[in-house]
Amino acid sequence: MDILGILSLTAGEVISPSSAAFVLCALGLAMHFGFTGLLNFGQVAFAAIGAYGFSIGVLKLGFDWWAAGLFGIFCSVIFALLLGIPTLRLRADYLAIVTIAAAQAFSFAVASSDLIDITGGSTGQSGFADSFYALNPIAVGRYEFLGVSLGEKEIFIRIVGWGLVILAALLLFGLTKSPWGRALKGIREDEDAIRSLGKNVTGYKMQSLIIGGIFAAIGGMVFVIAPETNQPSVWASNFTFMIWTILLLGGAATILGPVIGGMIFFGLLMFTQGFMEGLVNIGALPFLNTAQVAQIRYLLVGLALMLLVIFRPQGIFGNKKETAVNAR
Amino acid sequence: MNRLLKGTARSLRAITAGFLIMGGLLAATPAQAEEELISDFSISGLLTNGESPVPDVLIKAEGANGFSKSVKSDADGYWEIFVPEEAAYTVTLDVNTLPEGVSLSTPGDEVQEVDLTGLGFAGVGFSFGEATSEEQGFGEQLSIRLFSGLNFGLLLAISAIGISLIYGATGLNNFAHGEMVTMGALFMWLLYSVIKIDIFIAAIITIALVAASGYAQNQFLWKPLRKRRLGLNQIMIVSIGFSIVARYIFLIFFDGDTKDISGGGNLVVLGPIITTDIMLVSMLLCTLALAGVAYFLTRTRIGKATRAVSDNSSLAASSGIDVDSIIRTIWVMAGALTGLAGLLYGLQFQANWELGFNILLLLFAAVTLGGLGTALGATVGALIIGLVVEISPLFIADELKYAIALVILILVLVFRPQGVLGKKQRIG
Repeated sequence: MDILGILSLTAGEVISPSSAAFVLCALGLAMHFGFTGLLNFGQVAFAAIGAYGFSIGVLKLGFDWWAAGLFGIFCSVIFALLLGIPTLRLRADYLAIVTIAAAQAFSFAVASSDLIDITGGSTGQSGFADSFYALNPIAVGRYEFLGVSLGEKEIFIRIVGWGLVILAALLLFGLTKSPWGRALKGIREDEDAIRSLGKNVTGYKMQSLIIGGIFAAIGGMVFVIAPETNQPSVWASNFTFMIWTILLLGGAATILGPVIGGMIFFGLLMFTQGFMEGLVNIGALPFLNTAQVAQIRYLLVGLALMLLVIFRPQGIFGNKKETAVNAR
Repeated sequence: MNRLLKGTARSLRAITAGFLIMGGLLAATPAQAEEELISDFSISGLLTNGESPVPDVLIKAEGANGFSKSVKSDADGYWEIFVPEEAAYTVTLDVNTLPEGVSLSTPGDEVQEVDLTGLGFAGVGFSFGEATSEEQGFGEQLSIRLFSGLNFGLLLAISAIGISLIYGATGLNNFAHGEMVTMGALFMWLLYSVIKIDIFIAAIITIALVAASGYAQNQFLWKPLRKRRLGLNQIMIVSIGFSIVARYIFLIFFDGDTKDISGGGNLVVLGPIITTDIMLVSMLLCTLALAGVAYFLTRTRIGKATRAVSDNSSLAASSGIDVDSIIRTIWVMAGALTGLAGLLYGLQFQANWELGFNILLLLFAAVTLGGLGTALGATVGALIIGLVVEISPLFIADELKYAIALVILILVLVFRPQGVLGKKQRIG
């Protein structure tokens, strides 16, 4: 078995733009769930709206990359308002059902043939990243890092993606240490107590929903700019569940948690796949084929989600006092 | 609905439009080795005009990375294109190569999008001849859809009662409930279509197995978690994880293909409504099951205790009801009802590893619409959702029919969170 090959694939996956995209979504969810206690199970919708805002902005509205990016962010803010105004007053588990339903309805809608002129229907859209890659200062060619070979575009999107992760993490750190962030944590622990202090609880929750949603929208853009294609089939509920697993793995109410959690998550996912495929290829697992190995990965995601919540709700970096999941 | 129309298509060839996709799927058998790319992934279809095959038509598939490949349909009208990856492709039929007198029933239909993700293959149907959708009057379509909506609503109702009772008794929003529907459908397929046991014995074994799984879930997962005093939201996230695990176990053991269990049953025509014997039996069984549940909950001692626990479990416990044993009863009953729903769903439509997850949010919509925690409310909510899902395609694209139900769910939660029949104090 080619252990070195697997390790190099794993290293490549850890720094891949899709990992950065998931980490950005997880940072947004940390804002929602970790610091405010909002059970948002529709995070994928924010990412999808960012992605579609960008691709539609470039392809249909003729925007440059920066205007399309702002348009995606604008759409995610509108979505947060539409979702938040009626639902933030509801109990936590109702919020979970509404957000997951909204995300599902959104993914049905963008793939529908009725909207094929705007969203591209079930094939999605591609070829919207040219003006973004025109910024690339790296000379054309292939570069070699630790056994991973990357083209100039691939390097550029990795730098941008992880740069955005660092910016988002610093911003989240600043926000949560501010008086505003302390009010959020207060809402998470005891909404009524904060209300009795005269704070506008729904307003705080809405601000948190918008900011976390923007993080996810930017994550969605990174996710589709890397392969230069935006396909509706990726915006399914599994995307949200992976974000949740990343967040709970790292620690919900932490800044480093989502970042390191995401790297560990994708590293482990890639390593298990490579390792198990290797075992299948040398005949050590006669009851499996390589297609099933990819399916077992998702099974492990579900199992990890269950075990984390039951046995280590604070995640790797979290503090047991700040697990947030008990807030009702 | 697909099954209904598919059965119709079989005998009434006039209404074939749009359902050749099904025929294409069934015809997707592996072809003989060709000289070029043979991969695990393929797109295929069968071109027929009425009963006769349409040969020598050029079909082209295009995908990512500049992939493009064309084939001609063979003498039976069959075509298959092997593609390099499990992704989305655009399939185009070259209308210039169609024989004289044959044309597509809908102009513009020659370009179709397919997505192989998850299945690894896809069938593409092109329908020829006159467009037929106008032939049925609006009233006729509406009555067919009302009937199938009622049928779908009944199926949703017997699965939703379980969600509602479990929520009432334990406070758990069980995201893994859909997997019991899937389990019912897949085990019915295994016992009836593969092992070929008599249909009634197969149904009884399936129901018993799903009920046993309900018992086991409560005994080995949810009861220990309640004992650990895990928060309700935490338990809900555990149920999401459990749903993923169960789904991928089904995928690994049963594969990702769609399984046809009964072949659709025999066609029955009742005035304007065209239906099948299976659908009629299914509606009867659902109604009987609902009546049985209603009798159990309102007339029997255990049933009354169940309602008491569902209403307020600590009050019930203090008046001497054994709450643990009632919760066990609820889980077994929910399993049996949901298993019945699953096997009936599988018999009428088709079974695959995701079907339960696909209707899970409809079940939540039904339960919330009726009022969380009330069994009768869940039934009313399910019937409304079933009707809405089946009637909405008259006005909007077929793919959006589930989305409409979800929009209703959101609106209900926003404007009347206690549901149609729920009590105000439940919204907490």
